[in-house]
Amino acid sequence: MSIEVAGPVIAAMMTAATPLLFAALGELVVEKSGVLNLGVEGMMLGGAVVGFAAAVLTGSSAVGFVAGALAGLLLAALFGVLTLGLFTNQVATGLALTLFGVGLSSLVGQGYVGHPIADVPELHIPVLTDLPIIGQPLFGQSLPVYLALAAVPAVHWFLFRTRAGLVLRAVGENHTAAHALGYKVIRIRFLAVLFGGAMSGLGGAYLSLDYTPMWAEGMTAGRGWIALALVVFATWKPGRVLAGAWLFGGVTILQLHAQGVGFAVPSQLLSMLPYLATVLVLVLISRDVTRIRLNAPASLGKIFYPD
Amino acid sequence: MSFIRLEPRGQASPLWVYGAPLLAVALTLVSGFLLFWAMGFNPVAALHAFFVAPLTSARGIGELVVKATPLTLCAVGLAVGFRANVWNIGAEGQLTLGAVTGGGLALAFYGEGGWWLLPLMVAGGIAGGMAWAAIPAFLRTRFNASEILTSLMLTYVALLLLSYLVHGPYRDPDGFAFPESRLFEEAATLPVLVSGTRIHLGALFALAAVAGCWVLVARTFVGFQIRVIGLTPAAAGYAGFKEKKIIWLTLLLSGGLSGLAGLGEVAGPIGQIVPSVSPGYGFTAIIVAFLGRLHPVGIVLAALLMALSFIGGEAAQIGLGLPKAITGVFQGMLLFFLLGSDVLIRYRVRVGARKTVSQGATA
Repeated sequence: MSIEVAGPVIAAMMTAATPLLFAALGELVVEKSGVLNLGVEGMMLGGAVVGFAAAVLTGSSAVGFVAGALAGLLLAALFGVLTLGLFTNQVATGLALTLFGVGLSSLVGQGYVGHPIADVPELHIPVLTDLPIIGQPLFGQSLPVYLALAAVPAVHWFLFRTRAGLVLRAVGENHTAAHALGYKVIRIRFLAVLFGGAMSGLGGAYLSLDYTPMWAEGMTAGRGWIALALVVFATWKPGRVLAGAWLFGGVTILQLHAQGVGFAVPSQLLSMLPYLATVLVLVLISRDVTRIRLNAPASLGKIFYPD
Repeated sequence: MSFIRLEPRGQASPLWVYGAPLLAVALTLVSGFLLFWAMGFNPVAALHAFFVAPLTSARGIGELVVKATPLTLCAVGLAVGFRANVWNIGAEGQLTLGAVTGGGLALAFYGEGGWWLLPLMVAGGIAGGMAWAAIPAFLRTRFNASEILTSLMLTYVALLLLSYLVHGPYRDPDGFAFPESRLFEEAATLPVLVSGTRIHLGALFALAAVAGCWVLVARTFVGFQIRVIGLTPAAAGYAGFKEKKIIWLTLLLSGGLSGLAGLGEVAGPIGQIVPSVSPGYGFTAIIVAFLGRLHPVGIVLAALLMALSFIGGEAAQIGLGLPKAITGVFQGMLLFFLLGSDVLIRYRVRVGARKTVSQGATA
């Protein structure tokens, strides 16, 4: 890779990582509270379509992002009511949420397929953005890219440096003990689920408003599932989510570039790369059982029945 | 405290074990009514077009069986795994692989097929699905990787593989560059069972799978192990049941049946290999398994109901101009309501303020 293309490639990698970063950070908080929400893909699609529709109707991408987050939050609320209020199986409910989100998003979005939209403007900071190589990727991205980046230390700070974060982790480790201490297990988990939904919605809205920018059915193409894998990859640590998201952003860009230069491999086989990379990374991380066991929230996926 | 409370029952309610799915179907219909109404359709006419009109002709009923066939095949296998907490959600990918391998045999022996070709294709389809499910089984048992995520990732890989094949090696040489294979010859096509419909031999495979899985779960020691592992993993561990063996068994079983379903599609109603072999049968089969209470007979009924949602989705597309994906909305709602109404099996709903327990009464 010559030095001139390094800047654009890094910039593209960062944009490809952004939706994963939003969704995976949200899901990380959810899992830290002891809930496994497999509906990320559905919530991302909900955020993508509602965000896009809102931006088309109002002409404002900022409104689009807020609407996308709200759509994700509402879908997550549905999941929360079912799993936390009615004690449904979290795996099955999450799958239902994804199926529902896929269907609902194409229903809502049917009038918007292929509709063009102005993408989110990139920031231009004089001097800094004009720096060679690093200027564009570091200082010339659109605002949501920085929001996703800022969310990494913010989530870390919240989880590991605040009292609320400590309580949330306690609930995720041992809900019975946390309940006995007087913490509202269900309320705390519900809030975590809502946060995860809003973040997934943001990730989806980023795809339809900035990354592509347009709406197409099923446009998340499995990114919600990759985000779930990223949480495991990161062993439930926000900083490693960033590393993982960049890694997958890199694989995505690599695959696109290989297609762009007419690499003699069929495009479908190259498109498999992100999914195969996910499997590979998952295997590499999961085989260290002790590390997974040490870091995974102990109550993850277990149902809490208040007495 | 709260006005509406859930009070645990001592025992599961036998009434609601059967009542919950019916309640879920009823609630789905009510929600569908509201959904169509909100979208500006006459809700009665829309629901009729979606769920009733397709069943008023012999052809419609035939299509119901045609679509219930792959759903049943996938769902009975998945249900056996779910009982053991093995979450294979990649049935769609395994189905696709079955179509690729079994259908590939039809193409490989094109023009020279005899009586032996169909059995070979069936075996090939099953083997393809099994092989695809063997990957998550291996990764789970050897490396502890979540079968949920690996089987799902492999679904995307399988769909891309199918796309590659129909654009490349499998493409019909006389097909004007359309991404689809040749039409299978007679010897490579599953025979139609009821003339005038598209009901094919796969329907019998599905019934055989239902019977086989029922015997496996209810009447064998392996089935007992599956149930114990699912209900109390710790007890299964003390009893010395091999969890890894059950993971392999359930994944291979569900993968093989999904592969058979995929072969049934390309060698049955489709008759060739096309870029989209399944409208999501493998995913819907997850709902079918739950709706059927993981029980083989329930699964057949649930598969028929879900098949109706696919037919209704097509009818809604043609008649009302709705995207086919409305099927997914109905399926998702049904699963939500089903899971939610299951709470009634184990809990009573109590309305009214909780009576304060008198202090010191239990001396």
